[in-house]
Amino acid sequence: MPSRAVRNIAKSELREKARLIRRETVRLTDICGSGHYGSAFSMAELVAVLYYQLLHVDPARPRWKDRDRFTMGKGHAAIGLFPVLADLGFFPSEWLDSYSRLGSYLGDHPEMKKTPGIDFSSGSIGHNLSVSVGMALGARLKSSQARVVCLMGDGEQNEGQVWEAAMSAAHWKLDNLVGIVDINGAGSDGVAQETMGSEPLASKWDAFGWNVITLKDGHDLDAVSDGLNRALNTPNGKPTCVLAYTVAGKGVSFMESTWQWHLGFLGPADLERAYAEIDAGNIG
Amino acid sequence: MSQSGKYRANPPAPGMAYMSRELKQTVDLTESTVTDDFDERSWDMVVSLGLSRQLTTGTTLLELAAEGHDDIVVCTADLGRPTQVVNFGKRYPDRYFNFGIAERNMIGAAAGLATMGLTPVISNYSFFLALMGVENIRNDICYTNLPVKMVGTHSGIAMGFYGTSHHCCEDIGALRAIPNLVLMAPCDGVAITSALRTNIRHPAPIYFRCGRGREAVVYDKPFDFRIGGSNTLREGRHATVLAIGNLVKAALDAHAILAKRGIGLTVVDMYSIRPIDRQAIRDAAARGPVFSAEEANITGGFGSAVAEVMADEGLGGKLTRIGMPDDYAVLGPPTHLYRHYRLDGEGVADTIERTLSR
Repeated sequence: MPSRAVRNIAKSELREKARLIRRETVRLTDICGSGHYGSAFSMAELVAVLYYQLLHVDPARPRWKDRDRFTMGKGHAAIGLFPVLADLGFFPSEWLDSYSRLGSYLGDHPEMKKTPGIDFSSGSIGHNLSVSVGMALGARLKSSQARVVCLMGDGEQNEGQVWEAAMSAAHWKLDNLVGIVDINGAGSDGVAQETMGSEPLASKWDAFGWNVITLKDGHDLDAVSDGLNRALNTPNGKPTCVLAYTVAGKGVSFMESTWQWHLGFLGPADLERAYAEIDAGNIG
Repeated sequence: MSQSGKYRANPPAPGMAYMSRELKQTVDLTESTVTDDFDERSWDMVVSLGLSRQLTTGTTLLELAAEGHDDIVVCTADLGRPTQVVNFGKRYPDRYFNFGIAERNMIGAAAGLATMGLTPVISNYSFFLALMGVENIRNDICYTNLPVKMVGTHSGIAMGFYGTSHHCCEDIGALRAIPNLVLMAPCDGVAITSALRTNIRHPAPIYFRCGRGREAVVYDKPFDFRIGGSNTLREGRHATVLAIGNLVKAALDAHAILAKRGIGLTVVDMYSIRPIDRQAIRDAAARGPVFSAEEANITGGFGSAVAEVMADEGLGGKLTRIGMPDDYAVLGPPTHLYRHYRLDGEGVADTIERTLSR
């Protein structure tokens, strides 16, 4: 596989895109009355780097056969992806304004049949690495250079199906497949590792036959960019897993490193506090 | 509970050897370890699987591939041999994916393959596919409305004494409640071939509910296996049996038995469970008493689908649902179970005669 083109983008611009993700997550949650702040914020830098720098996608041709595929095991964080897809032009930004309203194309979980730019529907945790294995096999059969990227959560690592998929991806030597684990430490019931420990993840993924790239700070834009770019360009007959250690709720101080803001809502006064912190923040 | 009460072996355990030299000679023994110096009653998996002659999935897919369907990919979960698709894998190793014992992963990956423009055909035992995988089928294949074809074999009580974990009587109830899914039941090998040939290009998911491959032959030549269709196989004026799967042959046998007793029975193979052939049900109700017949739980099963149409359309008349009771089956060799549950020709005939004479 030839090494792939990377879009030139200033770090300041990536920072602004990550701010956009956080700001819009807050705004859309305000429309909806309930939202997954914690996991949308933890993945902001990962998604910004993927969509503005690394992924080969074309908003004018959302069904372009050779596009890279992005699937979300952690579909509940779609609220942080929709603003990016709108910003890139996959669909009109007005769609965001009716987020979650009756008949909207955009809801808490991504739906491929409703939203241009969504490569697969999700919501049931643990499915999408399997789907991505199928996509990667299909890309190989079709002699496509497309890469398939699946973003998972750390709680998702509890799902047995993830390891079925991991085993099969290594068995079929899918080096066009990248798994990312957004290890933000939070789950519905509390601290993910206390609910059901999944660590040590690096040795598990290694044992399952994957290349492992560990990002100690999944909000460090340089490290994220370098790590994900390497993951997308490792033609060694093994899939690659990027373990991104992140902070749940990153960017809003009272949400950071809490499980309580996995899901929540901000009243008007707190909304302004959150916006102010996001705008003042300089993450990555 | 049907299994309570004191144990009584019925029939008293007979010697279960059924293999013979003659039978073995009808099977491709290339990969068998059972050579001529074995007892003639001995058999290994190769011998046994060779008898599943009605599982025509693999041979049909090989034909379709040879005819230019290069988009077909076959997925299985360590059941390529028992469901008879292994030969597809030998001929097209790049388009054959054996996921090992990981059904949910297989279902998701099949969905992924479908998004890439391929036509995945899953071939697996129905209890692991339809019952274990129902949530994956619903979310990954049906909700996304992807053109994945699923062939679930060994449905109903075909697994006999393997027991409840391997019986699959609840699949119809579960699957026919899933939007976008077409649910069909080919009753023999020719029907499976017809089902795949007619529908391989259908742009949405289909689940084919099949037996274990030792079904009695019903059809002698392929036919148009139409979504929403049915085949009227016998006509008689007193009553109608709407049957699926193994019960089609049982109903045909019942037709012959009842003819001798002066009862005329119409027999319809209702191979399309969902959508169902409503006109066939209207015609049956107009004719007289209606019997649904299936190797599945009558609660939520095919008979329930017939009842829904009769109620919705105010057709009136009497419906008797022949099938598995709302319980877990007892253990036994498959043929003994069919007799026990009155799902063979004699049983179906008796049920009909008793009902008509009431």
